[in-house]
Amino acid sequence: MELRKLTDIEIGTVATIDSFTDEETSILLLEMGCLPGESIEISNIAPLGDPIAIKVSGYKLSLRKKEAATILVR
Amino acid sequence: MNKQFNVALIGNPNTGKSTLFNALTGLNQKIGNFSGVTVERKTGKLELTENLTASLIDLPGTYSLYPRSADEHIALEILNSTKNPDYPNVVVVVVDATNLKRNLLLLTQLIDLQLPVVLALNMMDVAEQSGIEINVTLLAEKLGVPVVAVTARDFQGIPALKDAIIQQFEQPTLPSSTIHIHGYAPEVIDEIKNYFHINNDYAAFELAHHYHELNNLTQEKKDAIEAIGLKYNFNANKTQVAETIDRYNYINEILSDTVRKIKPALEETRSNTLDAILTHRIFGLLIFFVILFGVFQSIFNWSQYPMNVIENAFIGIENYLTAILPAGILTNLIIGGILPGMSGVLIFLPQIAVLFLFIAILEDTGYMARVTFMMDRLMKNFGLNGKSVVPLISGIACAVPAIMSARSIENWKDRLITIFVTPFMSCSARLPVYTLLISLVVPNKFVFGFLSLQGLILMAMYLLGFVSALLAGWLLKLFIKTKSKSYFLMELPVYRMPRWSNVGITIFNKARTFVMEAGKVILAVSIILWVLATFGPSKDFDAIETKYAKISSKNTTVELNSSTLESKKNAEKLEASYAGLLGKFIEPAIKPLGYDWKIGIALVTSFAAREVFVGTMSTIYSVQGDGEHLDTVREKMLEARNPETGELTFTFATVMSLMIFYAFAMQCMSTFAVVYRETNGIKWPLIQLFTMTAFAYIAAFAVYQFLS
Repeated sequence: MELRKLTDIEIGTVATIDSFTDEETSILLLEMGCLPGESIEISNIAPLGDPIAIKVSGYKLSLRKKEAATILVR
Repeated sequence: MNKQFNVALIGNPNTGKSTLFNALTGLNQKIGNFSGVTVERKTGKLELTENLTASLIDLPGTYSLYPRSADEHIALEILNSTKNPDYPNVVVVVVDATNLKRNLLLLTQLIDLQLPVVLALNMMDVAEQSGIEINVTLLAEKLGVPVVAVTARDFQGIPALKDAIIQQFEQPTLPSSTIHIHGYAPEVIDEIKNYFHINNDYAAFELAHHYHELNNLTQEKKDAIEAIGLKYNFNANKTQVAETIDRYNYINEILSDTVRKIKPALEETRSNTLDAILTHRIFGLLIFFVILFGVFQSIFNWSQYPMNVIENAFIGIENYLTAILPAGILTNLIIGGILPGMSGVLIFLPQIAVLFLFIAILEDTGYMARVTFMMDRLMKNFGLNGKSVVPLISGIACAVPAIMSARSIENWKDRLITIFVTPFMSCSARLPVYTLLISLVVPNKFVFGFLSLQGLILMAMYLLGFVSALLAGWLLKLFIKTKSKSYFLMELPVYRMPRWSNVGITIFNKARTFVMEAGKVILAVSIILWVLATFGPSKDFDAIETKYAKISSKNTTVELNSSTLESKKNAEKLEASYAGLLGKFIEPAIKPLGYDWKIGIALVTSFAAREVFVGTMSTIYSVQGDGEHLDTVREKMLEARNPETGELTFTFATVMSLMIFYAFAMQCMSTFAVVYRETNGIKWPLIQLFTMTAFAYIAAFAVYQFLS
C-alpha cells in the first residue's frame, strides 16, 4: 500500500504508522508513543484548522499539522 | 531508631501524581524552589511507620529522561547525581493505569539507572470502569519491581504503597536492564564509565546525551564527555530513536499478557463526545468565551466582599494602633509604611484565589488542555503558543504567578515571549487606578439602558491590555532568533470531575506563592517609599514645622480646624520630602504627558505596586484620615487646579494619558524580580522595563497631545 502523510487521511480513518520524514520531530513523536506499526487515527481538528488531535497508543495527543505531516502512514 | 530518607515521586503529566502526593503527605507540604532554578520544589513528610519518616519530593511531570522544558529538566538533574541533596533512596513511579504503554517508558529508563523503584498504578478505579483488566501480580513478576494498585483520590492502596516503599528501602530489588543499552554506542559508554568510575551502562549513556545541560558537571568533565563523543562519532538522535523503539518493544511484550481490554472504554467514548462539542468549530470557541466571561465576572463579583473585609480590617488595625501606640517615628513607620504595604499585598488575595479556583478546576477537568488546543493556531501568529493561554489569563489577577506558570512551555522562545508580554495583561493592581481615573472623566451613565458606560471603558482597558500583549508578541517574534524549532505536542487527557482537594491545595499554594514572591517586594518598596515621603532636607522640614506650630498656637481655640491643618501640613511635608523632590525633578519629563509634579510622585510610588497611586493621591490632596475613601479623593482631584495657570489638573486629556501610561508601563518591582529569576539574568527584565515604559511614555504623550 502506498504511503501517505498523516495530514492527508480523513478524520476517523484508522491507519498504521510507517515511518517519519524528520528525525528531530520523530524523536518527540516516538517518545509520545507514535511508533511504527502502531495504529493511528485523526480524532478532531481545532476550530481554527490547526492543531489536530490524534488517537494513538491508547490516548489522545494533539500536535500541529506541520508535525503531523512528518508522519507517514499506510 | 529514627531513619530519614528520600523518596521521589515521578511520572507523566496527567497521571494524578499530585493527588497521590497530597494523599501521601496531607497538608504537610513545603513549597520552595530547586536551588539555582525557579522550578517549584514540592516536598512533604511521608510517615511510613512510627519510627520511619521519609522526605517525599514531587518531581515535575515528565514523559522521559530526555527533558524538553525547564520543569522536566529537574528530574534528570536530580537522578543523575548521587550527591544531589534530593537524590532519592526510593523512586515511586506513578502511572495512569488506563494508559500504561506510554507511561511505562519512563519506568524502564529508571529501572535501567538501577534505581530502587516502586510502580504505583494510579486510577485503578477508572481502569476498571473502562474495562481494562490488569494482572498486577504478573506485571510485578515480569518487570521485577513491586507494583501497587492505588486510587489516590479515595486513598485506596496507600498502605500497600507504603509497605512497598519500605521494602525497596530496606532490601531493594533491582532488576537487570530492560534493554541492551551497551550496543548503541559501546566505545562511548565504556570510556565514560571508565572516566567517571561508574558501572551502569545507562547512566553513562545518559551522560553522553545530556552532559551539556547538567549543572552538576564541571566544565572539565563536560569537555571530556564531548571529546569522547566526537572521537567515536556519537549520534545523539539516532541512538535515542533506537533506544525509544527498543523500550516500546519491551513494553509491548510486558503488556501482551498482563493487560486485557474486555470492553470498549466508556470514559473514553464520553470524552470523545464532549470533545466533539467543546472543541467544535463554532460552539467550541463560543463556549470558551462564555466560560472566560464568567470567570472574569466572578473575579470581580466574588472578591468584592472579602476585599472590603480586608480593607476594613486594615482600617480597624490602623485606628487601633494609632490609638495605643505612642506617637513617634516607629509608629509612623508601622502605620505609614508597613501596614499599607501589607494591605497592598493582602487586598489582592481574593481575586487571585478566585482566578486560580477557576484555573485549577479547568485544568483538573482536562478542559484547559482543550483551550490550549483551540488557541494554539491564533497564538502562533504572535510568537506565542497554545500553552501561553494560562499565563495570559492568570495575568488578569497578577503577573507574578502568571509568569511562573509559563514554565510548562517547552520552547524557550515561546516561553520568553510569553513572559515578556504577560505584564501587558491588565492585572488587579491596575483596577483601582482605572476605577479612580474613569470616575473622574466618564459620566456614570448607561448605554442602551443597561450597559454602564464606565464599565465599558474599563472593559476597553482590559481589551487594550490583551491586544497589546499580542502585538508585543508579534514584534518580539521578529527580533528573537533561536535555533530550536517551535513545536506543539500535548496530551489531551480524558475529561474528569475535578478533585476538590487538589483544587483547594492549588489555590492555597498559588496564594502563598503570591504573598511570598510579590508580597515581600511590595512590602519592601512600600517601606522605602514611606522613608522617601516622610523625610526630606531637614532645613525645609523644620520650616514647615515652625510655620504650623505658629498657626496652631494661634488657633488653639478652634478645635475643628486642627485636623484640616494637620492634613495641610502633611501635604506640604510631602512636597518638601525626598519623594516630592523626586516628583519635581521628573516634572519636566512628564509635563508633555500632561502631568504635574504631584502626579510625578504617584508615578514614582507606583513602582511598588500600581494601586499605590490611589493612596498617594489621597495623601497629596490631603484627604483627612485614611486614603480609603475613594469619593473624597475623587472630589479633591476634580477640584485640583494648577496654582500658576488656574487650569484644572485632571482634564480629560491628562486622565486619558494617565490611563494609557498605567496600561503599558512596567511599574511593578515584583514582576521585575520574577522575570529576573525566570530568565536567569538581568537582561530581559531590563529590556522589558525599558521598552514597556518607553512605549507607555510615547503612547501617553500621543494621547495627551491629541486630546488637549
